[in-house]
Amino acid sequence: MNREKRNHLIRLFVAIAAVYLAVIILEMTLRPTSILFTVLRKGAIYSLVAVSMNLLNGFTGLFSLGQAGFMLLGAYTYAIFTIPADVKASDRVYRYYDCIIGFDTGALAGLIAAGLVAALFAFLIGLPVLRLKSDYLAIATLGFAEIIRAIFQWDVLGPVTNGANLLREYKDLSRITLPFTDIPFPPTLFVFIVAGISILLIVLLINSSYGRAFKAIRDDETAAEAMGINLFRHKELAFVISSFFAGVSGALLAAFQYTVQAQQFESMMTYEILLIVVIGGIGSISGSCIASFLYIALSEWWLRGLDMGKFLGIAAPDLFRSGFRKLVFSVIIMIIVLFFSRGIMGDKELSYARFISWIKGFGKKKKKGAAA
Amino acid sequence: MFEIKGLSVNYGGIEAVRDISFTVEEGTIVTLIGANGAGKSTTLRTIAGLVKPRTGSISFMGENITGKDPSYIVGKGITLVPEGRKIFPDLTVMENLRIGAYLRSDSIEDDLEMVFSLFPRLRERSWQYGGTLSGGEQQMLAVGRALMSRPKLMMMDEPSLGLAPLIVRDIFSIIRRIKEEGVTILLVEQNANMALQVADMAYVMETGRITLSGPGNELIKDEAVKKAYLGK
Repeated sequence: MNREKRNHLIRLFVAIAAVYLAVIILEMTLRPTSILFTVLRKGAIYSLVAVSMNLLNGFTGLFSLGQAGFMLLGAYTYAIFTIPADVKASDRVYRYYDCIIGFDTGALAGLIAAGLVAALFAFLIGLPVLRLKSDYLAIATLGFAEIIRAIFQWDVLGPVTNGANLLREYKDLSRITLPFTDIPFPPTLFVFIVAGISILLIVLLINSSYGRAFKAIRDDETAAEAMGINLFRHKELAFVISSFFAGVSGALLAAFQYTVQAQQFESMMTYEILLIVVIGGIGSISGSCIASFLYIALSEWWLRGLDMGKFLGIAAPDLFRSGFRKLVFSVIIMIIVLFFSRGIMGDKELSYARFISWIKGFGKKKKKGAAA
Repeated sequence: MFEIKGLSVNYGGIEAVRDISFTVEEGTIVTLIGANGAGKSTTLRTIAGLVKPRTGSISFMGENITGKDPSYIVGKGITLVPEGRKIFPDLTVMENLRIGAYLRSDSIEDDLEMVFSLFPRLRERSWQYGGTLSGGEQQMLAVGRALMSRPKLMMMDEPSLGLAPLIVRDIFSIIRRIKEEGVTILLVEQNANMALQVADMAYVMETGRITLSGPGNELIKDEAVKKAYLGK
């Protein structure tokens, strides 16, 4: 048993190292404008936010829809903290307001601040909201996200948030440098490192005794309470931690996009993330990661041709025009929900053994088909 | 060791428990029997801290624990095996047991060993999900999980519910063994016959009140009890 566990860990480590090695090699060889990098970066960012949502919805059983709001908090915090002080003083970003935040920080401090601000808001909102259950909690958190979005566009907060205008010239991916040098940090690798460390921390949490308590609350609140688990405290803890990482992913998204505007973080974004969690499998970390890369690859890359007049070599400008992609995408989602009703991974994790048995099962099915 | 005085509990607008008092001596098995809706489960849930009482006091080892939080009460050494088992279906047997010891910070290896020696079946299935166990195994898991908190007083809410007669007999012999390990037991049952056989002291509840009390082996012969609960 112990040996098996060790083998499992070694394989996991090798697989993760291989992914990072592949990212490094790709960044050294491919054109930096390649669409692959867009998919990899956005995929990694969405992996992180999907995993953070899974921590709540899949592991603690709290149906929360506030993710976009916490991402917004993270994105704005990161942008505001890392816009250089002289840019803030000039009219380049804050054209209509006088920015009242006179300092700037590095990217790392910005990321951590982004998480902390999101976590602080989560703590305060959690106090009343986490006493609600299921659908009511979903409505309350969704409402919170919408309110935050409106508040951040409010004139009065202009000296901090720049009102409804764009934030830019902060430390986006092209401006992040290796610590203590001016050498630019490989952007995709940066996203992967931040997202990877964050997801690792969430995995460690889920496998700790706190994680067990979260799952116990998900399975049966009364029984969990009878075991001496303080329901409210643990729900609050899960909510705050999940929001922290949603904030970090919002900061990454800001860095990825080069500009930030509150407008973008609407509830549609939360639904996108929820969709990724459901497709990947509620309660599966690797499922969330796989699903977010698939989702981003489909929507940003593979199905692009459907909007552009030409797809898979078929030119049909009458049919393949703007919006057709979304239609095909919806059909794909319906198929997934019909045939993988518990998501790609269910509540299991990807492992070497599962992968091998899946390959073998696939071979057997093929043989059977051939025999028939 | 454990004493309830004048306890009344409102539950969903109804007065489910009305002014009951009883004591539990250390190292004994005490049972509450009675029909559906007599207030037995509510009594246990109140002791566990899941429901707050309206009036009355609950004291345990000389300390007043009335209205305290469940985590405090579990920490004091009172644990509840809930009605209908309520194991965690999507956690493994091992994880279920570890949750039972959630409030403890010391080593739990000895207690795991003790639970596995009581229920060898759980050792075989320690990696299985709780939800895949049979009803009897789930009841064993629920008892084992409660034992993991190293309780001084274990409250069991209808452990025989929905189990085959042979398995019910197993469960009751295990209750006796747990008592021999030095754990005091407060047992709520509808299976009055079995409960009275193991009980040192028994209380009969009717519509929120205690109407009869006495040693188990005396009540089992009582004409009124026979008529009402033993079907003889």
